[in-house]
Amino acid sequence: MMSTETENPPEDSTEDSTEVESPPPVAKKPAAPVVIPAFEKSISDKIVEKFGDKVEVGFVKEDRVRINVGRENVHDVAEFIRDGLNYDHVESVSGVDYPQDNEIEVVYHIGSYDDSSLARQILVLATRAQRETNPIPGNDATRLPTLRDVFYSVEFHEREVFEMFGVFFEGHPDNRRLLLPEDWADLPPLRKDFTIKGR
Amino acid sequence: MGGLTSTSKGLYNKGKIGMTFKLPPGLALQKVDERIMTLNVGPQHPGSGHMRLIVQIDGDYIVACDPDPGYVHRGEEKMAEYRNYILNIPHLERPVIHDSCNVLYPYVLGSEEILGIEVPERAKYVRVIASELNRCIYIMYWLAIYGIFLGHSTMFMWPAGDRELLIDLMEKMTGARVTHAHFVPGGVRNDLPPNFEDVCLRQVNYFEKRIKEYAAIFYDNPILIARTRDTGILSRQDAIRYGTTGSVLRASGVDYDLRVKEPYDVYEELDVHTNVMKEGDSYARSKIPWLDMLESCNIIRQALQKMPKSGSVRTKLKPNPKGKGLDSVYKRVESGRGSLGCYIVSDGKVEPYRVKLSVPSFRNLIALPNLLRGEKLGNMPSVYWSLNYWPVEADR
Repeated sequence: MMSTETENPPEDSTEDSTEVESPPPVAKKPAAPVVIPAFEKSISDKIVEKFGDKVEVGFVKEDRVRINVGRENVHDVAEFIRDGLNYDHVESVSGVDYPQDNEIEVVYHIGSYDDSSLARQILVLATRAQRETNPIPGNDATRLPTLRDVFYSVEFHEREVFEMFGVFFEGHPDNRRLLLPEDWADLPPLRKDFTIKGR
Repeated sequence: MGGLTSTSKGLYNKGKIGMTFKLPPGLALQKVDERIMTLNVGPQHPGSGHMRLIVQIDGDYIVACDPDPGYVHRGEEKMAEYRNYILNIPHLERPVIHDSCNVLYPYVLGSEEILGIEVPERAKYVRVIASELNRCIYIMYWLAIYGIFLGHSTMFMWPAGDRELLIDLMEKMTGARVTHAHFVPGGVRNDLPPNFEDVCLRQVNYFEKRIKEYAAIFYDNPILIARTRDTGILSRQDAIRYGTTGSVLRASGVDYDLRVKEPYDVYEELDVHTNVMKEGDSYARSKIPWLDMLESCNIIRQALQKMPKSGSVRTKLKPNPKGKGLDSVYKRVESGRGSLGCYIVSDGKVEPYRVKLSVPSFRNLIALPNLLRGEKLGNMPSVYWSLNYWPVEADR
């Protein structure tokens, strides 16, 4: 034990020594000024032009545009994204739990197959639902409108978010369990207050 | 007589049992028609993999299908929130152990962006070679299963045997036969062994010659064509609407391959051809992966030629690397089954705040009930396995 401890100096000095030992093969670029890509900017501009203050642009990066929107407007914005901007399918629906904000975020990653100019693009549509400390999935205030009638492809994804986070999607035709067992009676497992034993 | 009918009516009439018993959310009462029979296919049945299909049949025809995945749900996403960016690697490849390089790829690309790491040029080429070899290994395994479920035993033996060649190659490269854990943020774990390029080129050339023989025994086989042609037709509009991906999407006539459309690492410098078929039936869906393997051989040969002959393959990491505060990234790659996305949220700690894998098997699953409706029960295996579905991946 003693020898291993002496071999491993504290973190700070290791950081320096490893950097000296192996110079990175690609020269580090100087911090370039942040360039906002024009095409992505035009997508976010169209949404802001249409909805004004109701939406907030999270970020505009290369190939990725993030739009934050309140739960009351998420359905309208999604319809505009489909009809006005030619996005046609949802790749992924992720829940993210924020206990400190008392909210659960649901993030839709929307892409397009038909429009070749959008093939690289992913539009990130994020909305937030109220979070309950003692959840009763399906019977509490943790609710969002479903996007299943706008994007058919969210059907199974939203079922997964319902069972893993307890976010009930109003208007979803099939809010049953998908991956968890039917008799699961604990907290929704991907919430932060559900902890793994021994960790 | 009359009395009997009235009591039985009273007992089963609405209001007595139905109204007092309130179902918890997530459960639903189902009316049963005498004509319809409900069949449970799986989870133990080998024909369904580790999942259950609740199939309702009218005579020989399927009227409804309800897929019930989740028998191999292991909570990979929850586990990822408790381990740092490096410790997540061995367990995140577990959903698809025979495609382990590709399933790790988006996670590694995402962590590199969050941690701000540059990757050496040679490592990028090594990654491309490893992921293309892994794609072939995955597809050969899938093809073996597809063959045996269509009653074609030779198509089980041949791919299972030829797959060994590539597994040996991966063993030389990474040290492990199936679970490689080879990709790490900043490059790959080890450099290629000496003389690997020659061995790889020789084996890949032989492999290509070998899989071309599959056409004669399998893809041009009249029995296979009779069983898979015009079954489970997925139209182009539906393929897009359901958000399917990979071979399912390309078999329906959509020209979409992330290696061409959103090239990652060095795919930009390689000449990648996308295979598209327009039929959208089970035959097209079973042929596209085979064409992909032939294309993979081309890509490997190009990468071997263009790869820098020497140089570093891994940027050294600081211990316990962390992100720079609240950040999120969504990266996707083309895996053996289709586009595989990874959404990582970081809050500046050593562990990721949230890791979400958007897996192609889960995305393609939504097409299954729609494809099976109206199909004969005997066609179920050919439609189900043609979706290139891997149950363990869908459950994560």
